[in-house]
Amino acid sequence: MEQYALLIAATLNAGTVLSIAALGLLINERSGIVNLGAEGMMLCAAIAGFAAVVHTGNDWVGFGAGMLAGGVLAAIFGYLVIWLNTNQFATGLALTLFGAGFSAFAGVKYVQEKLPERSSFSIPGLSDIPLLGTALFKQHPMVYFAMALTAFIIWFLFKTRSGLVLRSIGESPEAAHSLGYPVRRIRLAAVVVGGMLCGLAGAYLSIIYTPLWVEGMVSGKGWIALALTTFATWRPLRVLFGAYLFGGVTMLQFHLQGQGVEIASQFLSMTPYIATIVVLALISRNPALIRINMPASIGKPFYPGS
Amino acid sequence: MLKLEARPQPSKFWGIGSPLLALVFTVIIGVAIFMLMGKDPVKGLLVFFWEPIKSGYALSELAVKATPLAIIALGLAVCFRSNVWNIGAEGQFVLGAITAGGVALLADASTGPWIIPLILLAGVLGGMFWAAIAALLRDRFNANEILVTLMLVYVADLVLSYLVYGPWKDPNGFNFPQTKTFEKATQIPKLFAGTRINIGLLIALFGVAGMWIYMFRTYGGFQLQVGGLAPAAARYAGFSSRRALWTALLVSGGAAGLAGALEVAGPIGQLTPYVPAGYGFAAIIVAFVGRLNPIGIVFSAILMSMFYIGGELAQSRLGLPKSLTGVFQGLLLFTLLACDTLIAYRVVWKSGSIKSGAK
Amino acid sequence: MSETTPLRLEVKSVSKRYPSVVANDDVNLLVAPGEIHAVLGENGAGKSTLMKIIYGAVKPDTGEVLFNGKPTHVRNPQEARALGISMVFQHFSLFETVTVAENIWLGLDKSFTLDAVRQKAAQKAKEYGLDVEVDRPVHSLSVGERQRVEIVRALLTDPKVLILDEPTSVLTPQAVRVLFVTLRKLAATGCSILYISHKLDEIRELCTNCTVLRGGKVTGHVDPRDESNASLSRLMIGAEPPKLQHREVNTGAVGMTVHGLSIRAEDQFGVTLDNIAFAVRAGEIVGVAGVSGNGQQELLAALSGESVRAPSGSIKLFGNDISRRNPRVRRAGGLHFVPEERLGRGAVPTMALAANTLLSRAADVVGKGALGWVSPKATASLAGVIIKDFNVKAGGPDAAAKSLSGGNLQKFIVGREIGAKPKVLIVAQPTWGVDVGAAAQIRGALLKLRDEGCALLVVSEELDELFEICDRMHVIAKGRLSPSVKTSEATVEKIGEWMSGLWQTPGVIAAAAQQATGAQHA
Repeated sequence: MEQYALLIAATLNAGTVLSIAALGLLINERSGIVNLGAEGMMLCAAIAGFAAVVHTGNDWVGFGAGMLAGGVLAAIFGYLVIWLNTNQFATGLALTLFGAGFSAFAGVKYVQEKLPERSSFSIPGLSDIPLLGTALFKQHPMVYFAMALTAFIIWFLFKTRSGLVLRSIGESPEAAHSLGYPVRRIRLAAVVVGGMLCGLAGAYLSIIYTPLWVEGMVSGKGWIALALTTFATWRPLRVLFGAYLFGGVTMLQFHLQGQGVEIASQFLSMTPYIATIVVLALISRNPALIRINMPASIGKPFYPGS
Repeated sequence: MLKLEARPQPSKFWGIGSPLLALVFTVIIGVAIFMLMGKDPVKGLLVFFWEPIKSGYALSELAVKATPLAIIALGLAVCFRSNVWNIGAEGQFVLGAITAGGVALLADASTGPWIIPLILLAGVLGGMFWAAIAALLRDRFNANEILVTLMLVYVADLVLSYLVYGPWKDPNGFNFPQTKTFEKATQIPKLFAGTRINIGLLIALFGVAGMWIYMFRTYGGFQLQVGGLAPAAARYAGFSSRRALWTALLVSGGAAGLAGALEVAGPIGQLTPYVPAGYGFAAIIVAFVGRLNPIGIVFSAILMSMFYIGGELAQSRLGLPKSLTGVFQGLLLFTLLACDTLIAYRVVWKSGSIKSGAK
Repeated sequence: MSETTPLRLEVKSVSKRYPSVVANDDVNLLVAPGEIHAVLGENGAGKSTLMKIIYGAVKPDTGEVLFNGKPTHVRNPQEARALGISMVFQHFSLFETVTVAENIWLGLDKSFTLDAVRQKAAQKAKEYGLDVEVDRPVHSLSVGERQRVEIVRALLTDPKVLILDEPTSVLTPQAVRVLFVTLRKLAATGCSILYISHKLDEIRELCTNCTVLRGGKVTGHVDPRDESNASLSRLMIGAEPPKLQHREVNTGAVGMTVHGLSIRAEDQFGVTLDNIAFAVRAGEIVGVAGVSGNGQQELLAALSGESVRAPSGSIKLFGNDISRRNPRVRRAGGLHFVPEERLGRGAVPTMALAANTLLSRAADVVGKGALGWVSPKATASLAGVIIKDFNVKAGGPDAAAKSLSGGNLQKFIVGREIGAKPKVLIVAQPTWGVDVGAAAQIRGALLKLRDEGCALLVVSEELDELFEICDRMHVIAKGRLSPSVKTSEATVEKIGEWMSGLWQTPGVIAAAAQQATGAQHA
């Protein structure tokens, strides 16, 4: 039983990386911008965060460094896409390719580094409950942060005027512009927030989750996070659960590998990627479902004043 | 204040000028990186831009790397022009390498050169098959091809890893994860003795001509482009978007698979976990920097090949990480996209305030 | 104008240049409080640019705007609204996925809660007799209802100047009456109204003052009540509108028949087509009137073959079932189509005119081989012929489609389709956004084609246009098609009623009866 509690704990932990990144991407997609650079931002943030912790020994400085890296890259992406109207897909890809190269380049010195031993987290009282305590209450604070973030984003998007403005811009930047909203600045803000959250996810990955730096260590999580926003039809709560689902798939295959199941490890390692494809196909087959929920302007250029 | 002003007609000059300007910016940033790393920037530039072209042999190596890049990029250009976003050419390349390698492994000492066409065909079909998965899922389930093709890269890498660690491992290979070295008969014929250039180069050049004719002189190519530029106009004209989707993915998958076959049966000569060298991703940059135009792709493939060779030399000569290649490649695409603004806009100097109408 | 009260709005020698056109050239405009002031001009005359300058969406190059006698620099629409300048857009600035109240909220400047907005909106709507349900999502509203939402939103800002951009283009003639009542009521409270239009009758009926623009310049300040259509027209286009030759109709064989055409909407944003039936004969022009968003898009897509969801057997071309065939097959059978959107649908914006001939004229220029050889010479010469025959102003066959003005591109597309010698031609909005000269030329070409024995179907939201060129008319409303009526027997009032879906058919009467009995049981 104890091992299943641990499996659940690990699932929440794995889901945290995906959910923070996907929630960030959800924000910027709600404004009408797709950033295919998620993978690149996470990689750069992972090394930035890791390096910061190596030098300062403070995890929170590391998280900050990751968010800064993600935010800066997202701002560059945002400027190109929003002001210069470059193709969103191509620019995002450029960011991912650059991020992969740059993080590898900058990270060479850190490949052998180990992070100092860190104390384990637990919520006093609750963590002593048998099984449940192990499964739910001995997590890094960031795990709870992801949950709180989900609640916050739901409130922001659907209960505040600013959230309404963001959603409206995602639906019709032209209409929002004619009402006098600074469409481009708001979109840039959304893109930067998205980048910062991707950065936080990347830093969490290298500082807490793994914790070490290896070239290409994000290994598709940025892409899976991008897929998650579609799976979740741009709904925050569904993003969170989707992330746990994928965290579960990842953990289950590690678990099976650990159990010495008679399947080649490569096939088990494929499961998150294949699961992404299968779920994507299942969700997308209902175009009406996608169309109703999708921000209508997503991926399209916007030229104010024309 | 500098402002952008829309041009009435897109600038032809900047269509060609933009990649060159982007290269200039990339070099400037590169110089800054060398200086930051405490290296002599002149030496740095020399390994990237002079070493790869300074001798006949260096040029031949440049061609060896440019060939797969150009072949893959030609296929991708067809795709991108049709607005089909196949970004998993890397996976199709790997699968082509696997299927081609599988055929090559069937050869023994008595096999004749007839196996070469089979190897190449297997590579093409392998790449096509991998791309067809994405086409099918898009066609039947409306699944986004960007994500599917990308996910399939990871799957292809794992398939390769499974084979070379498992069933295809060379029994006499000291337990290294690799297949046995392919038979001599499977070696792709070389064009010039003493170099590694093989008939892949000819195939690439034929591909350039073929794609140019297809895209710019045939009704089929026109239909693909209309689908990419204006989907509503394609529907109006009655051009099938499904056919465009399948054509684009099969052509690009086949091209990537072919490149994979040429690599494993050419310079590499066996399957190892190191077959995926990022050519599939670099080719995306090659395609864009080449303006999705076959002639342009020739030049950008050579440039990207310089980055590869320069990166290797920077590691061995200057002690810089090899991943510098990736930095430059990414930077080039970034700066290109920014410079492309100049095609549709001109930069003008404008004062910010409104002049009052004095009569 | 009296000397004592300051003018509400004064535009002083405003100019605005764009790279290829001078949109406003030394324009002056004087608007008194409580006045309904028309800004008249044809498409491209510079009306929209002028309004955007007043509303703060565009900066003028030179000149200034005075509000209540004081110079103001309105930098953006929020500042304009804060001053008391509001605008109702031609293409509404509404968001489909959110509710009416939220839309109104977005157009007001903060400080209110959503609940307060909901109440205020309902109250204001009642005050002006505008029927608006505040909690409905906008995508479920008709175009007319959407306009009312925009008006309520504007009213809630307590405007001193209200700008309306072509407000009647989306309304039935009856709804236009209601709108005029609202506007007069509003003007009586002291609000000045800027009424942008190119419809002469409306301006003469509603407005007390009129500024006429042509080619970016003011060509007259007049009191429209003292003018005739002819005199206004002279100011607007420099001449009286060209008269069309309209010969007696001489119909031949049936070209296209539609029967039992029902298609469910693909999603909540679409319109379901309900049992549509009509026929078009050779040698006649059949019109389809209706307010936009009543199923025109869906009907046209089904007829052109861009959508092949029509039930089989429902669309026949000379007796052959084409309901599920693609546009190329239909074209081979003699059916050609001019779509509403010129850029992006009728033509690929970035491609040259020569290449754009391939969209619908491949049969004339593509080689027969398996490869489908495209000769640049052949496409260029075909484009050249179209340019010459239809007097298209363009930089030659190599000019990109998007470099042409709306009117010239429309002439090119119409010319391209007519050049194919179609047996049946479907035209959507033949002269939408086109200048008067080009419009007359296009209408003339359509009539000529009719006289040569082509069957034409014209779908348009401009009633005047349909009355001018059609022999018979149907009306489309909420996805249903009315019976046809001869143009000579039709009146604007009758067509207007039909545009609200109120025509008598046996089916409707039966349904009404059923509903009545149903209500009794409940």
